[in-house]
Amino acid sequence: MAISEDQVRHVARLARLALSDKEVERFRAQLSAILDAVGKVSELDLEGVEPTSHPLDVVNVLDEDEPRRSLSLDEALLNAPDTEDGFFGVPAV
Amino acid sequence: MSPAIDTRRLTAEEATGLVEGAEVSPDELHRAYLDAIADRDGDLHAYLTIVDRAEGTGAPVALKDLISTKGVQTTAGSRILEGYVPVYDSTVTARCKDAGLSLLGKTNMDEFAMGSSTENSAYGPTRNPWDPTRVPGGSSGGSAAAVAGGLAPWALGSDTGGSIKQPAALCGIVGLRPTYGTVSRYGIVAFASSLDQVGPLTKTVRDCALLYRIIAGRDPCDSTTVELPQPVEIPGRDDLEGIRIGIPREMRDLEAIEPGVRGAVASAIELAETLGADVEECSLPRSVEYGLPCYYLIAPSEASSNLARYDGVRYGYRAAADGDLHALYERTRREGFGDEPKRRIMLGAYALSAGYYEAYYGQAQKVRTLIRREHEELFGRYDLLVSATSPTVAFELGAKTADPLAMYACDLLTIPSNMAGLPGLSIPCGLSDGLPVGLQLIGPQFSENLLFRAGHALERALEFDFVPERLR
Repeated sequence: MAISEDQVRHVARLARLALSDKEVERFRAQLSAILDAVGKVSELDLEGVEPTSHPLDVVNVLDEDEPRRSLSLDEALLNAPDTEDGFFGVPAV
Repeated sequence: MSPAIDTRRLTAEEATGLVEGAEVSPDELHRAYLDAIADRDGDLHAYLTIVDRAEGTGAPVALKDLISTKGVQTTAGSRILEGYVPVYDSTVTARCKDAGLSLLGKTNMDEFAMGSSTENSAYGPTRNPWDPTRVPGGSSGGSAAAVAGGLAPWALGSDTGGSIKQPAALCGIVGLRPTYGTVSRYGIVAFASSLDQVGPLTKTVRDCALLYRIIAGRDPCDSTTVELPQPVEIPGRDDLEGIRIGIPREMRDLEAIEPGVRGAVASAIELAETLGADVEECSLPRSVEYGLPCYYLIAPSEASSNLARYDGVRYGYRAAADGDLHALYERTRREGFGDEPKRRIMLGAYALSAGYYEAYYGQAQKVRTLIRREHEELFGRYDLLVSATSPTVAFELGAKTADPLAMYACDLLTIPSNMAGLPGLSIPCGLSDGLPVGLQLIGPQFSENLLFRAGHALERALEFDFVPERLR
């Protein structure tokens, strides 16, 4: 299934990826070929088949509601590119 | 350094024996591997980070660079995590340390584990110890090359679509993709969460069982983990008496399988019969045909969600800011991600978007149910399924980088059982044109002990020499 350049720009925007015009064209061709290959799944009639989201039959695993140590503020901020007064620093929204 | 340590041939079990018997100190052992790395890693580039000092009491271990290591850089092979130093250990790292293993280093990988050749690393490719003009497989290619090249006694990798089994096959070593849920994903850089599993890459099946025993079991920090139904058994038997093996004809007759691979696998299956196994042909009619398309919808969909966290705010790379917050996100992700993550993020975002969700992601989840059922049905009649691990031996660098679909097809034989959450073991079963061929053994959920028993018996009978010919 072919995908248009506008559709590539649309998903790139959804995914917060800036692309050049050249990249849009390259990814359009590659994504079209991949979608063509994966579109094969639509050949099967799967009416009434339950979807699998997870390979193990484990549901609703609950923990005791007990406080435990987590990262300190310093640890949480240690890898941040920019911090200010114990917060993550970012440009104006 | 003790001259007796030949890291090319030493198994992890033997290395552990040396330090436990006080024949060498943990530090001497660690330094023997550092010397080997200094000697050979310039050619192979298996490591991204090397740890100079032994901190454990046992054999050192190499960890794939998506396994968080407190105080040691963890990049997942991506520019976007360059300089990221975790403030905590992943559960598997902690378990290795608790068992006395010292960290030898962090190994190269395809960016975010997306790839089958380790050429997608932002830090340059790893090369195959059997032939440095060829790839080691991927995405755990650094771990596989480190073990095969004698640069680590054992290593951990991760496997989403075949990223442990396939590089193990291409490098002539043993690799286990464990049953989904038996090894904690806490502290593992996420790719596709319903498929990602950490597992060992080793020289022998016994080493594989020993390392799996260290890392497996329920972890309160990962609610998808479960307690193992039986303790891990270290294999010792040399026969396959009473084991029923099914050979799925779709995995045997696949056109893409090279003749040399086909021949080595057929000989290994004949050998299994002489060891006492009952071998019979069987069928996985839809799992092989639809496995790859199903995987390339589900894994990118999960990846597009998991990789949303890389925004240049809390950790990792940040693009030079000029403009508002959205410009910062877009530029950081543009500069920080390589092409393969970008392709998969966009593919996933597309498959999950309104209007396409049912036709792509929803349909793929139903195909996944069919694949599970087909495997379950076969395990009513067989204990194990056997096939080639990879359709080809190690290919030359650059051979598949221009065509994403050609690269994806490397995992045709490893993906179906992964979709079903099943464990798979790859062991070397011979050479084709001087390059290793891998044999894939697949069992039902939690059948690791049986995989180890069968893998060990075959390994003994096959007498494959895991030291690459050019290093002997």
